[in-house]
Formats: sequence, C-alpha cells, structure tokens
Amino acid sequence: MDVKAKKIRVLVAKPGLDGHDRGARVVARALRDAGMEVIYTGLHQTPEQVAETALQEDVDVVGLSILSGAHMTLAPKIRHLLNEKDMKDVLFLVGGIIPEEDAEKLIAAGTADQIFTPGDPLDKIIDYINAKFASAE
Amino acid sequence: MLIRGVLMHHLVKDLLAGNRRAAARLITLIENDDEEKRSLLKEIYPHTGKAFIIGITGAPGAGKSSLVDRLLQQIRAEGLTAGIIAVDPTSPFSGGAILGDRIRMQDHALDAGVFIRSMGTRGSLGGLSRSTREAIQVLDAFGKDIVIVETVGVGQSEVDIVKTADSTVVILTPAGGDSVQTIKAGIMEIADVFVINKADLPGAERTATEINMMLDMNGEKPWRPPVLPTVSIKGDGVDKLWEALQEHRTFLEDSGKLLDVRRQRVRRELTEQVEYLVKTRIWDEVRDTIELDSLVEKISKRQQDPYSAAGELLAKINFYKGDHGEGG
Ligand SMILES: Nc1nc2c(ncn2[C@@H]2O[C@H](COP(=O)(O)OP(=O)(O)OP(=O)(O)O)[C@@H](O)[C@H]2O)c(=O)[nH]1
Ligand SMILES: [Mg+2]
Repeated sequence: MDVKAKKIRVLVAKPGLDGHDRGARVVARALRDAGMEVIYTGLHQTPEQVAETALQEDVDVVGLSILSGAHMTLAPKIRHLLNEKDMKDVLFLVGGIIPEEDAEKLIAAGTADQIFTPGDPLDKIIDYINAKFASAE
Repeated sequence: MLIRGVLMHHLVKDLLAGNRRAAARLITLIENDDEEKRSLLKEIYPHTGKAFIIGITGAPGAGKSSLVDRLLQQIRAEGLTAGIIAVDPTSPFSGGAILGDRIRMQDHALDAGVFIRSMGTRGSLGGLSRSTREAIQVLDAFGKDIVIVETVGVGQSEVDIVKTADSTVVILTPAGGDSVQTIKAGIMEIADVFVINKADLPGAERTATEINMMLDMNGEKPWRPPVLPTVSIKGDGVDKLWEALQEHRTFLEDSGKLLDVRRQRVRRELTEQVEYLVKTRIWDEVRDTIELDSLVEKISKRQQDPYSAAGELLAKINFYKGDHGEGG
C-alpha cells in the first residue's frame, strides 16, 4: 500500500427520512475496499448537514443514498448548497430507487453527475469514480 | 496556484480569517504530502500554541465518539469553540478506510463554533494518523479554544496520544472485560483522567474500584487521575468529566508542567525536522554525486563492508551548501 498516494475521499450520506442504511453501508464498504476513504454520517441527515460535512471533510465525491422517493427535492437542494459553498467541482452521485425519467432530469439539470440504482453492480460505482479521478490527474 | 477555486497562497490568510473551507483544504494538502506542505506549515506555526489539546483513547466501541459529542455540548455551553480530529484505521490491505466517528457527532455539524475532521491512519501504527499533529496545528491556528483528538483505540494508541495531547482521557468499560488483569500495559501511566463509560451496565463500580486501587498503589503523585463514571449516550457524568479536565489544566498551568510538556513537544518537533532535513539533504547529494550502485556492488562482493562505506559516503557530503530549498 502506498501511504503517500492521495486518497479519494467520499462522503456517503443518507438525507431525508427513510430509515434503511444497509445499502449505504454496503456501498461504503465496497469503496473502502477499493482504497477510498469513506466518511459515513448515519441516517436522517438534513441537506445542510450533508453540505457542511462535505466541506469540513473536504471530500472529492458526495454520494447520496435516497430510498424515500424524495430525490427530486433533496438532490437539487444539496447540490445548490454545495455550489454555494464553492464546491461546484465535487463529483455528485445519487443512488436509490430512482425512475429513469427522474435520473435523466437530474443529470440534464446538472444536479447529479451520475445516478445508480439498486440493480447496478458495486464495481460500476467504483469504476465510475476511479475513471473520473484518473482522467483528472 | 489555484486548487478547486482556492488560491494556495491565500489559504493561510483565509484560515486565520476563520474560513472553514480553507481549514479543510489545508488539512487535505498536508495529509496528502503536498509539495507546499512545509511552507504552509511554516506560515501556520506562529499562530499555534493557544488551543488546549485533549486526547481521548480507549478500546474500539468504548464510547469515545459519543463522549466527544457530549463534551462538545459542555464546551459550547461555556462559550468555547472546538475542533475535533477523529481517527479511524486505514485498511492495510486496500489502503481505504471507513471513517464513522462523525455519526455520533452530527448534531454539531452546523455549529459554526465546531469543526470536525475525520482522518484515516494511513499506515501509521500509533493510534493517530500520520498527519494528526499538523491537523491540530491547523485547527489551533484556526482559533479553536479546544482541540479534541479521538484515537483509533487499537495498537499502541496510547503512545502517540500522550505526546500530542495536553490532557489524556482513557475510556474503559465494564463490559469490555477491562478488568485490571486485562488492562493494556502502559494505560495506567498515560491517563490524566479515567472514564468508566457505559456505567449503566453492570460491573462499572467494580471496574472503578479496581482502577482506584491500582492508582493508590502507585504512591503519591503530584496529579492523581480521577476515575469518573459516565453514560455517554445519555450524557450522565460528562459535566464531572469536563470539570476534571479543567482541574487538570489548572494543575498543569500552576505547576509549570504545561510549559514543560509543550517544551518537550517542541524539542521533538525540532529534532524531527532536523532529522528530516539531514536525511533529505543526504539523499539529494547521494543521488547527485555519489555512485550508490557501485558501492552496493562492492559490498555485495564483500570487497567492502557497509559500515565503512557509509562513513566514506557521509564524508563526501557537503552539508553547508547554503539554503536547502526550504524557503517559505
Ligand atoms: N449502554 C451504553 N452504550 C453506550 C454508551 N456509550 C456508547 N455506547 C454504545 O457503544 C457503541 C460505540 O459507541 P461509540 O461512541 O461509537 O464508541 P467509539 O469508542 O467511538 O467506537 P470506535 O470509534 O468505533 O472505536 C454504540 O453502539 C453506542 O451506542 C453508554 O454509556 N452506555
Ligand atoms: Mg469512535
């Protein structure tokens, strides 16, 4: 392990009211096993908490897990708060049960960089993040 | 240089002006061994030395993070500000980490008087991360009155934290089998305050009695660590803990020990920096002028021994060649 290498830091956040975080925990572990530093903040985070945590932890990636169906309000709100905090270039991912038309809207509006749904293999998320940072370097 | 919209040479100025983004960016740059790291730290150093540093250590799951959460309530109620550095282990296999201490502290996420940063150990074995000390300096210069460091709680966490903190809190639990026989060697010596957390569980009193007995066997000491029961999930006993920490601080200040401890810390920092510079200088020179490979060849063939070769190598190095690119 190269301890000097810069690590990709990811905030895995669960905004809103839904009370299941098994999915978020599985993703967090997979990202850890892929060599990333994953900050996990637990359930029921407000958009303000998510954005401020992203700032203090200086993450490269914010990944939301939303199963409550509130993605069309929560995701834009958090993106907006991140932009206000000068964190426009944070990679913004949304995961959850998200209908295709919503996913298209979120991406078209510039809210999310990518959407993942429960059917997606974990490797797809890892590869996506790795590719983004490989090309940025 | 522009990094993510932040001008590098404005970072320290922004930090001193209270900009949270600058504090967060600086910690990242330092943690990633950015080439500007040393010059940034140089700029930060004159503004450090004001914060009081509290270390919290104890076995995994002892309740460190929940206790920090409750301590934050006390600290904020006193009108003081706080910076938290929460360290979790980096996986030696993947190099990744799950940093989960924040879960227990998120009630303070939106409090402008609190700044929380999670760090992975990144290969360091002493219970702190490689850059914990520098991150403390950032939060100190940032103006936080108190900086709390939560250690990993495995390995030799106690060794590093005492060198780093002004006061060290050791958390034991009744359930953890932390009875006297199983207490890790060295723990008794490093605690300024003992906390028996999870005092709602059976056995807490016995654990406290055992610790007290051991402390009494140590004979008269200028500071006798108190042993305090807490229930950190409810907040019970945390006011007493905060009182004890303040008493310890007063003791350190009145007895002159605080100056001693900090002088020792400065001595260590200075020694490390000298060693670092000497090492860098030597290897720069060796790379430039001396045929390391041919020496290796010779030694391998037993035409020379490594002891005299090292001596010869050093004799050729010019240590006084002006400033060594350490301008800030
Ligand atoms: N019964 C009881 N449980 C507690 C108490 N304090 C913490 N816990 C529980 O112990 C578990 C660990 O608490 P944390 O505060 O995360 O402990 P920690 O020492 O920070 O853990 P690591 O950082 O993972 O080493 C949680 O499930 C808490 O709810 C307490 O006073 N009583
Ligand atoms: Mg913890």
